[in-house]
Amino acid sequence: MSLSRAFFAVIRRDLVLALRRRSEIANPLLFFILVITLFPLGIGAQPHLLQAIAPGIIWVSALLAAMLSLDSLFRSDFDDGSLEQLLLSPHPTSVLVLAKIIAHWLVTGLPLLIVAPLLAVFLGMPNHALGILLLTLLLGTPVLSLIGAIGVALTVGLRRGGMILSLLVLPLYVPVLIFAGNAVQMAGTGLPVDAQINILIAILLMALVLAPLPVAAALKMSVN
Amino acid sequence: MFLIPDPVVRFFHRMASPPHFYAFSQRLMPWLVVIFLLLTAAGLYGGLYLAPSDYQQGDSYRIIYIHVPSAWMSLFIYVVMALAGAIGLIWRIKLAEIVAISSAPVGASFTFIALVTGSLWGKPMWGTWWVWDARLTSELILLFLYLGVIGLYGAIDDKRTASRAVAILALVGVVNIPVIHYSVEWWNTLHQGPTVTKMDKPSIHVSMLVPLLLMAVAFKFYYLIAMLQRARIELLLRERNAQWVKNKVAELKL
Repeated sequence: MSLSRAFFAVIRRDLVLALRRRSEIANPLLFFILVITLFPLGIGAQPHLLQAIAPGIIWVSALLAAMLSLDSLFRSDFDDGSLEQLLLSPHPTSVLVLAKIIAHWLVTGLPLLIVAPLLAVFLGMPNHALGILLLTLLLGTPVLSLIGAIGVALTVGLRRGGMILSLLVLPLYVPVLIFAGNAVQMAGTGLPVDAQINILIAILLMALVLAPLPVAAALKMSVN
Repeated sequence: MFLIPDPVVRFFHRMASPPHFYAFSQRLMPWLVVIFLLLTAAGLYGGLYLAPSDYQQGDSYRIIYIHVPSAWMSLFIYVVMALAGAIGLIWRIKLAEIVAISSAPVGASFTFIALVTGSLWGKPMWGTWWVWDARLTSELILLFLYLGVIGLYGAIDDKRTASRAVAILALVGVVNIPVIHYSVEWWNTLHQGPTVTKMDKPSIHVSMLVPLLLMAVAFKFYYLIAMLQRARIELLLRERNAQWVKNKVAELKL
């Protein structure tokens, strides 16, 4: 089997598996919506305050939803042994792992993009910032999946990996949060955001190229 | 290896053997302690007594003799940890793994000291304990990275596997180091720009610069002392079934 066929076979397999277990798609999405709903309840329904912090709320919620969904990335494959088969295949592990991460993003990251504009409107974000919000989510959430995969790969062999995973992954998420949140904030006030968007594109490209390598190394370590 | 002279290569090969490392670090330790104490005494005397007070900040600037060296160490130790981790990953040298993990708590302490002293200085100077600017935030993230390394090492039972996991994590975290180092140049923030490491001419007077550099070197020696002590204990724990450790214990019992 050629590398590209193996790559798409892995994506297809993971998508089919996810469609058979729909709760895995729904849970991060529901979590995302619920966390955003909690903020107006906790802060009080003050439209100006909510409007001011809406970009931060949406991005922090997206960050937490992405982190919570990470566990499903390798967990079931690790438990039933198909991860070992993946590592034993003649193709480079990092490429196959990238396929798994892309499938995971399609299942858990993409739905966030679809509901985010609706929630942004609820929080009173100005309409001209919605496009930028979508753009930052489109560029940022794949990075969250890619960086998160490193953390999961390191902790998948542990029995209680959940807490330690957040300690490993959240500090590495900070740059994405800073630039994405800042871009949406700036867009809301009508300022140009080219610089932040360019940095996000750079982060995404770096993560696409570099992140699969430590993921592959960490998986080999976790499985052995 | 053709670039490195033979004696150096031989030295490193010998150091990779646990009994040699243990004996060598034991002989080295008193020297390190003496040099550290001399440098610290000289640095503190120069910094707290000889150096004049600042015309704007008065005497409170003197906290830099702790703050700046700690901040330098926090970055330096992280790089050492990542390098040692990489060496451990590539050549599977046990001692490199041990040096990497023994560095983490020392580095975390220096990061914590840098944050606390900075905040103590910030209250009279900036009027606030904390601002969310680039330098402070990135230093805080560095502390979290150290804590992540320590936490991950503690969570994995098999210590050889744990060392490899920690090395991968430390290498991934290295992307943060240039961001911290250049944060005051890239972003115009409340934290002042660099005054010492400018290439042309440092914007700090010699009488203040010399004690600062003395303290910086003293902190390097402190790191060596603390790291070696941790490494020796870690080494004994890991090699507790090896013959040379049993011999050492037998010597103690006599």
